[in-house]
Amino acid sequence: MPIAQIDDLKTRLVTYARLVEDMIGQCRSALVNRTPDVLSDVVQKEEPRANEFEVEIEEECTSLIAQHQPMAKELRTILMVGSMTNDLERMADHAVNIAEAALECIGLSASPAEGNLLRLFDETLGMVDSAVRSFIESDAALALQVCEADGGVDRLARDILERMSASMTQDPFTIEQSLCILKIAGNLERIADLSTNIGEDVIYMTEGRVIKHHREEEQ
Amino acid sequence: MEDSVLTAEETILETRDLTAGFDGKDVVHGVSLAVPKWKVTAIMGPSGCGKTTFMRCINRMHELAPNAQVSGEVLLDGQDVYHINPIELRRRIGMVFQRPNPFPTMSIYNNVVAGYTLNGARMDRTDRDQIVEETLRRTTLWDEVKDALYRRGSFLSGGQQQRLCIARALAMKPEILLLDEPTSALDPKSTAAIEELIVSLKGSVTIVQVTHNIPQAARISDYTAFIHLGELVEFGPTNKLFTVPKDKRTEEYLSGKFG
Amino acid sequence: MRPQMTPRGVRASDPALRGRLRADKAFMGGMLAISMIAVLPLVLILLFIIIRGASSINWQFLTELPKPMGEAGGGISNAIVGTVILIIVASVISMPLGILSGIFLSESGKSGLGRVTRLSVETLMGVPSIVIGIVAYVWVVRPMGHFSALSGGVALAMIMLPVITLSTEETLLLIPMSLREAALALGVSYPRTVLKVILPAGASGVITGALLGVARAAGETAPLLFTSFGSPYMVLDILKPMASLPQTIYFYATSPYPAWQTLAWGASFVLLVLVLVLNLLTKLVTSRWKTQF
Repeated sequence: MPIAQIDDLKTRLVTYARLVEDMIGQCRSALVNRTPDVLSDVVQKEEPRANEFEVEIEEECTSLIAQHQPMAKELRTILMVGSMTNDLERMADHAVNIAEAALECIGLSASPAEGNLLRLFDETLGMVDSAVRSFIESDAALALQVCEADGGVDRLARDILERMSASMTQDPFTIEQSLCILKIAGNLERIADLSTNIGEDVIYMTEGRVIKHHREEEQ
Repeated sequence: MEDSVLTAEETILETRDLTAGFDGKDVVHGVSLAVPKWKVTAIMGPSGCGKTTFMRCINRMHELAPNAQVSGEVLLDGQDVYHINPIELRRRIGMVFQRPNPFPTMSIYNNVVAGYTLNGARMDRTDRDQIVEETLRRTTLWDEVKDALYRRGSFLSGGQQQRLCIARALAMKPEILLLDEPTSALDPKSTAAIEELIVSLKGSVTIVQVTHNIPQAARISDYTAFIHLGELVEFGPTNKLFTVPKDKRTEEYLSGKFG
Repeated sequence: MRPQMTPRGVRASDPALRGRLRADKAFMGGMLAISMIAVLPLVLILLFIIIRGASSINWQFLTELPKPMGEAGGGISNAIVGTVILIIVASVISMPLGILSGIFLSESGKSGLGRVTRLSVETLMGVPSIVIGIVAYVWVVRPMGHFSALSGGVALAMIMLPVITLSTEETLLLIPMSLREAALALGVSYPRTVLKVILPAGASGVITGALLGVARAAGETAPLLFTSFGSPYMVLDILKPMASLPQTIYFYATSPYPAWQTLAWGASFVLLVLVLVLNLLTKLVTSRWKTQF
């Protein structure tokens, strides 16, 4: 099929991905700067835009397959774009959850923007960014790195869980805040997971290798 | 990890370093291919790549062309076909051509058993009737022509004529059936009917089909060989070759970069 | 300026166009006239013979033998029978040979022997029939010591042979390769393919060729003059001289007896009808039996 159509599809996916990345990034800065309007925007303006993107891209994938009967790499690319769109949509959902939790957090006295949580944000954003770049550049090695970075994010999240558990037992007044933080951390961890899905999809797209079950075995 | 190399029991036909051509110029260069038994193997490639010449070497039709040359081995069940009487061979390996070519002076009935009657085989009426009915049922023609068996074959539509040609070849109970782009001259409906027919023959006949219709090869074949400029570029199970081809040339051909 | 279409054709308003249309019509008219002139001789001949000959035709004419010189009446029954027998003899000799060599030429026409064969056949086609008659005289009449229908048949066979051969070759060459391949792919040997598939498919063309050959031979006179010679009797033995229509016409037309001259006209008419019927038959065979591919 004409290269232009595949390129167009890929561009749309990247635009979508950057939008979702942006949503997560804005949650982080809103927490640091304590700006609830930004968070409301994420929920009310950005999420609908993200949903539109998802529908558009899914329809484009379907019609390309119907009209062009793609094979080999073109076929894998289109199928993986569909799969990644799905992952990005779930990421967007988690970003909305983070925004809503952050809105609650901001209202509380102490700053929820404590060190570990911000580090978790950064690690997760790093993974998402790398995953998207590996797609843009068809870089299977980079995609593999994303999959391997998941371990680090999991450890960070577990760390936060232990800390918050200890904090809640010690001081019952921090429960509300701790729960907020835990909620944000949980969603970030799932976003990181979804990034590894994208990484796996990129590897299948470029090399035709399926690594999903390997990873489960490793863990 | 799937292995595309077939075992000896699975292989019914093997070519070794088959080279063929006309007037001193080769169009097939050293093709070594193993054809699996009772499956459909598609041979695809751009026009003029030598795939038809290659297939015609299998039933020794190639040597009938003027100034034809061929070297290498073609082994049917381990036996070199160039050491078998070609007439005998062609009764074990049947062929169907691109344009339907039923015998115009014979009725449908006689067309089906032509392979026997033209060779002077004596059969009594009941045997012949049985072969005709069995074969026409197998090619899904029976219901359409059972009341017109004694009419000339040329009154049938293109798709029906082609099914008649397939029936004529199948009546000989061949071990292998060679199909040379059998649907390229037919309308979509007839094409679909013949594709269904080919799929239904899997498991009882080995089929080798030359095609330049990529989606068709993808739809009906179990194994695919890609030939380009007379060379065998890649061979493997169809689902693998069409999703994760190993050779860059295969990839380009499948993406329509050349044809 | 666009010409207006009227019920009677284009009325041109442009003078240049008008001039061209006139030239067009003139040309068409000229062609028609010339065609008429070409058809004229045939029409005249037909008319002439019909007028002169048709009146002689009656049952007597067709069933009686000719009367001795000077007497009125008589018929040409022996000539009609003789022509039929001569054609049968000629066909028996020339058809198998002609068809087989036609098959050979269609299959191996480009080979050395093929080219020599074709050259010979084409040359034979051009040999004047009287020369063929002389050859038959030397080959058959001399050794036998007397005229005979057999020698006449041999002469006619040599005239028919090239027509049948070339017509058969042409027919078989028109048969598509796909038919041969269909048979060969079924494991049918080459000779059987030719005999049981190719030849039947070309049957109408081969028969046409045979009929054309007969039509040509039926009218040949010169070679018969010194081979079958002619006879006033009804002869059925091919080893004896035999009458035939063309020879009868020649003999009786050049005779001084009016009665015999009348016979000649009648015989011309019969011969004409025979040739016409053969040609029509040829057309019939072609249209009914022609194989569609």
